[in-house]
Amino acid sequence: MSTAPPPPAVKDQDRIFTNLYGEEDWRLGDAKKRGDWHMTKDIMWMGPDWIVQEMKDSGLRGRGGAGFPSGLKWSFMPKASDGRPSFLVINADESEPGTCKDREIMRKDPHKLVEGCLLAGYAMRARACYIYIRGEYFNEAMVMDEAIHEAYTAGLIGKNACGSGYDFDMYLHRGAGAYVCGEETALIESLEGKQGKPRLKPPFPANVGVFGCPTTVTNVETIAVAPTILRRGASWFTGFGRKNNAGTKLFAISGHVNNPIVVEEEMSIPFRELIDKHCGGVRGGWNKLQAVIPGGSSVPVLPIEECEEALMDFDDLKARGSGLGTAAVTVMDDTVDMIAAIRRLAHFYRHESCGQCTPCREGTGWLETILERMEVGDADVREIGMLDEISRQIEGHTICALGDAAAWPVQGLIRRFQPVIEERIADPQGFDFEAHFQHAWSGEKFKNAEWTKEFGGGKDQEVDPGAHTNIIRPLLEN
Amino acid sequence: MFGLRRLPRALARPSGVARAGGPGVRPLSNFHPLAQHVNTGDNTKETTFDFSPDNHLRAEHILGKYPANYKMSGIIPLLDLAQRQSGGWLPLAAMDKVAKYVGCAPMRVYEVATFYTMFNREQVGTYFIQLCGTTPCMVCGSEAIKKSIEDHLGIKEGETSKDGLFTLREVECLGACANAPMIQMNDDYYECLTPDSMVALLEACKKGEPHAMGRWGSLPMNGQVSCEGPAGKTSLASAPGPQPVRAEGFAGDVDPASVKAHMGY
Repeated sequence: MSTAPPPPAVKDQDRIFTNLYGEEDWRLGDAKKRGDWHMTKDIMWMGPDWIVQEMKDSGLRGRGGAGFPSGLKWSFMPKASDGRPSFLVINADESEPGTCKDREIMRKDPHKLVEGCLLAGYAMRARACYIYIRGEYFNEAMVMDEAIHEAYTAGLIGKNACGSGYDFDMYLHRGAGAYVCGEETALIESLEGKQGKPRLKPPFPANVGVFGCPTTVTNVETIAVAPTILRRGASWFTGFGRKNNAGTKLFAISGHVNNPIVVEEEMSIPFRELIDKHCGGVRGGWNKLQAVIPGGSSVPVLPIEECEEALMDFDDLKARGSGLGTAAVTVMDDTVDMIAAIRRLAHFYRHESCGQCTPCREGTGWLETILERMEVGDADVREIGMLDEISRQIEGHTICALGDAAAWPVQGLIRRFQPVIEERIADPQGFDFEAHFQHAWSGEKFKNAEWTKEFGGGKDQEVDPGAHTNIIRPLLEN
Repeated sequence: MFGLRRLPRALARPSGVARAGGPGVRPLSNFHPLAQHVNTGDNTKETTFDFSPDNHLRAEHILGKYPANYKMSGIIPLLDLAQRQSGGWLPLAAMDKVAKYVGCAPMRVYEVATFYTMFNREQVGTYFIQLCGTTPCMVCGSEAIKKSIEDHLGIKEGETSKDGLFTLREVECLGACANAPMIQMNDDYYECLTPDSMVALLEACKKGEPHAMGRWGSLPMNGQVSCEGPAGKTSLASAPGPQPVRAEGFAGDVDPASVKAHMGY
């Protein structure tokens, strides 16, 4: 499917998140040593239009799942005020199953995000920024809060940010546990203190967003990579990945691999290379691989035949009937009962449906109920077609994309694993549930004690008391 | 209303279920929050609630983050504050107090409190265990972890132990998938669990000494520090230091102050 030769491997010097494994401190001092907040004022003097153009040239596509060109999105914001201020809102409501990349940014490199907010906010001519972080990320929110506080104290944001003459405020807002709030208009509703129910578009947020003002909602990673791109230049970033899939990207690999990890890699890296190089291969060997969800739960599964050649980028995975999504790879070996795995996802969407649109509210429940029966073989073969039909009736018939996201895993299951369902229905007794029960697996046996001891912070290690416990300071100091 | 929702699920396998009695048959969730208020001894219309003096100041700080005419934005953080003050759950009186605080109808607050999963409208144990059960954790054995908790504490998912110490609830993806299987206990993440380390954690809690958190407020129980994997990191062998700046440098002439003036800020 792809003809381009494999791109050269990305070097350590070209990785953006150099503190991904937390050897260094997340605070301002170490962040500056890593290059954050370097020449920020000079970049601001280049002007908002230059920043937006540079982002367009870099080819950066939104890292939150949809892959919309970031520079283009930023350019939608009004260039003159009609009396209303503009806002930047950061979507840190990371809840797509499989995704755990923004968390690592926020707790280990928060200043990349804070600086990105200033530059992106300035490029959009925004007055302030709200970071909407999911409520469960309490400790991550504490680190973010402290990082914002540090930036204020150092004069990097707030009045006369970085001495540039531009005023920019940042606020942290914690959510309270709702997947649907990752949808931009639901997030805006939630930020306004309401139930997280997506709004009809138009009007688009760039016109009427939070507090009735022009707003852009973007993912954490998109904003956190922006300062580095601007500093090093768009052409540096386009040097990685295939055309239209530029740059480096955080990949979060979970499931049945020997070394589950979050790693920054080049876009368009072959799937197999990603697994072999960083994850120590599939548990029990490549041949044990059964299926992969390559981009968070909302994208259809890929069977092993496709995985051999798949490239981890937006276009190649789309051509294979799946998607890059958030680049959250969940690997499943042949001990997984695929019907159960997708049934659990159906439960997820049923639970997280906001209940606003009937096809999604009712349909997600039906999907789960039918899959529950199919899992134990208590179904009719004709129901496979009906299940597909239900998913098609949800897809595209709802206000937001949660309906689509609920439908696609089920469609993927039917497309790739229909014989498995048929077999289960034909002979429920023949399926060995015991053999498919999943025992605890977080990778192979731990053998990284030396490194852990050097950098500390693991279990049974001395924790630097200043590192975490002290950061829960009274909110009032801010 | 929610009681009725259970009917179709129960009817879905009325008689034929017994034949598939293996572990493939998942016990349905025991947790069904009511969307309505039910009076209990310490949670009636007459119960009172007020923020502590400290929390009054915190509440003012929270409201200061939002425009004065959008005080309702403070509902979620204020509910969270009230829940912390009440020991992990939200009595009716606390919701009413928040409504008064932001100046909206109580119903607006009830809507929010019933929509978001992090608000508990019934009492929970001292150690509130939220077990991630979504597919990435499930394929890494979250059901085995769940079983170990249930067996060890003698409770079912959705229930509180008799001593009031533990509440177990299965929730949806908590966003620590590379460190699956995991639980959230109160505010903290315990990751990379096995049934043994889970039981050890429960026992430590019974003694009132749960394991201290690692450097970023999470603790993988297999020895890892965070997301580097049990075999260690595969990139960033040495700290690369500051990154180079583009050769052209920056010679801009757009005064940010003029942008600010143009936007009327």
